[in-house]
Amino acid sequence: MAIASETCGILPSAHLQRLLDTLSAKGYRIVGPIVRDGSVVWDTVRSVSDLPIGWRDQQEPGRYRLEQTGSQEVFGVVHGAQSLKQFVFAPREPLLQIERSKDGFATRPTLPQSEKVAIIGARACDLAGLTIQDRIFLNDAYRDPYYASRREGLFVIAVNCTRALSTCFCASMETGPRAKHGFDLVLTEVDDSLLIEAGSEAGRDLLSNLCLSTGSEQLSAEAARRIEACAQSQVRRLDHSRLPQALYDAHEHPRWDELAGRCLACTNCTMVCPTCFCHTVEETPDLSHQQSTHTRLWDSCFTQEHGYIHGKNVRPTIKDRYRMWLTHKLASWIDQFGTSGCVGCGRCITWCPVGIDVTEELSALLTQDGRSSGTPQQMESS
Amino acid sequence: MAKLEAPRKRPRLAVIKFASCDGCQLSILNLEEDLLALGEALDIAYFPEASSAMNAGPYDIALVEGSITTAEDAHRILSVRQQAKVLITIGACATAGGIQALRNWADVESFKRAVYPNPEYIQSLSTSTPISEHVRVDFELWGCPIDKGQLLRVMTDLVGGVQPRVPADSVCLECKRQGHVCVLVAKGLPCLGPVTRTGCGAICPSMGRDCYGCFGPSEGARKGPGLPPNTTSLARHFHDELQLIPVEVLRRFRGINGAVDPFRNESTVWENKG
Ligand code: SF4
Ligand code: SF4
Ligand code: SF4
Ligand code: SF4
Repeated sequence: MAIASETCGILPSAHLQRLLDTLSAKGYRIVGPIVRDGSVVWDTVRSVSDLPIGWRDQQEPGRYRLEQTGSQEVFGVVHGAQSLKQFVFAPREPLLQIERSKDGFATRPTLPQSEKVAIIGARACDLAGLTIQDRIFLNDAYRDPYYASRREGLFVIAVNCTRALSTCFCASMETGPRAKHGFDLVLTEVDDSLLIEAGSEAGRDLLSNLCLSTGSEQLSAEAARRIEACAQSQVRRLDHSRLPQALYDAHEHPRWDELAGRCLACTNCTMVCPTCFCHTVEETPDLSHQQSTHTRLWDSCFTQEHGYIHGKNVRPTIKDRYRMWLTHKLASWIDQFGTSGCVGCGRCITWCPVGIDVTEELSALLTQDGRSSGTPQQMESS
Repeated sequence: MAKLEAPRKRPRLAVIKFASCDGCQLSILNLEEDLLALGEALDIAYFPEASSAMNAGPYDIALVEGSITTAEDAHRILSVRQQAKVLITIGACATAGGIQALRNWADVESFKRAVYPNPEYIQSLSTSTPISEHVRVDFELWGCPIDKGQLLRVMTDLVGGVQPRVPADSVCLECKRQGHVCVLVAKGLPCLGPVTRTGCGAICPSMGRDCYGCFGPSEGARKGPGLPPNTTSLARHFHDELQLIPVEVLRRFRGINGAVDPFRNESTVWENKG
């Protein structure tokens, strides 16, 4: 039986170029995962052959490896270190150009030009991360025009996951592996076919341009089965049922001290996290002090300066910083934004140089009595 | 540190060399068009690497390159300090003792005998020490060589009467901002970026190589705010997961900035592990 053609269709993987050409014709620069330096990074895609065909990623705490499978699979690589964050919340965003004038100074905002970018290959966790960032940066009262300008031009083509990494736990965060919203199109790769579904008006419009053969219930059912199997296969999970309170209660837990012995305060977890939004601003004057550029940069709660308030550092130790990060991410976000700050992408686990695993840390922090500095055995016997 | 007054005339700059390779001074020359602007903002009074006009002190700003390795230099740095309102060390040698501080773990006399036909002519101390072990230093620029952008920034701040500051974040922060693939995670290379001070622009990872710590320990290198970086955890990871043998771990930390406390202490730990 056929499914309504304006929202769903089938494209043989071998014809994926047609989708790219249609996007190009509509004036989009296409960005997708490109194999580089042993991983994938987002970069401009001109032809399907630029995509990581026949590659798969294996991820473990502190370790990432690509391997070739010899297949024609287009979206076998789940993800690299980069989420969608960089496309909207730029790592380095010039905000203002400042010029000295006779009676003071004049400022000129340097808004980025909105560019039409079609991103192909975003995952459900990436979309969930983007939705959370939208909530932070596009909040009515504090709408960030730089973010908004970059966000405006995005056309997102998601890919439903049919293979989970050992580090993925989106199922337990209810953010994946099926992309539910926040995309224009979503693809599910089933052998040599791509099931395409539209998620927005722009997506439906594009789909109708493609004149695809209509989707079949059989293929949709197979796609659904594989996505469900992917969810079932996830080996990590994060139990957030008792959050936020349980983590507040664990504020004096001995695990934080043990963690501080492993954490490098290197900032990698926050850099790769799709929802982390901390930033700093930097002033760059010229030698004559007539002009200055005011730039926003990605920052992290793991740096020494981040905890600096006038005359004092409120987070001098690595323990303070890791505790700040995890407690904010998994607990106080819920109070602040009505959602967890974690979407279960597993990036912080893979890209932590020493493989610190949020899911493992949280369960350790929640299984013992957080108000005690004793060992669990001592607690039980008392 | 001493602030420069709002300049009535251009501040006088001196660039002075001790035991070093001149690479940091070359970074000044590599400023290219900014060098011309620097020459307008400052009176470059003494810079033998660049000009034969060598004017006597006092100077408003002295940039000091190189470490102290001879008795004569230990004496000379005292007079440089006397003549300089603001003394800034440039580079790993002046700031940390440099690669030549490897002699601190070795027998300098045996080096002399191995290299020179007449070792008795060589007058050298048994250690290489940073400038800060001899005189008060107002500001330190790390790196081997220094980053010319950081140097320009410090000069800009001084000319404007602003207290200079450079970030003490890890190299990783900048590495990720630039979108490089992590060589430690994706290739298993023993990258020192997590414990190394930012400033270089993550050059080595951008070339697919592991950072070897040429900007020194990230925060809290020896005094001031922050903590010594967690070299213990990183070193353990190099050994346990990346399969480095103890002497290889030791050598990661005993390099260009091997004489600075956090790195020196870490390398010493691995001396006794086989
Ligand atoms: S905390 Fe870790 S797993 Fe959760 S969204 Fe951030 S990077 Fe992904
Ligand atoms: S948890 Fe890992 S990635 Fe995050 S700061 Fe600590 S060592 Fe770095
Ligand atoms: S390559 Fe080195 S500097 Fe870059 S993130 Fe990895 S560990 Fe840090
Ligand atoms: S990456 Fe490390 S070794 Fe390379 S230039 Fe930067 S600080 Fe020096």
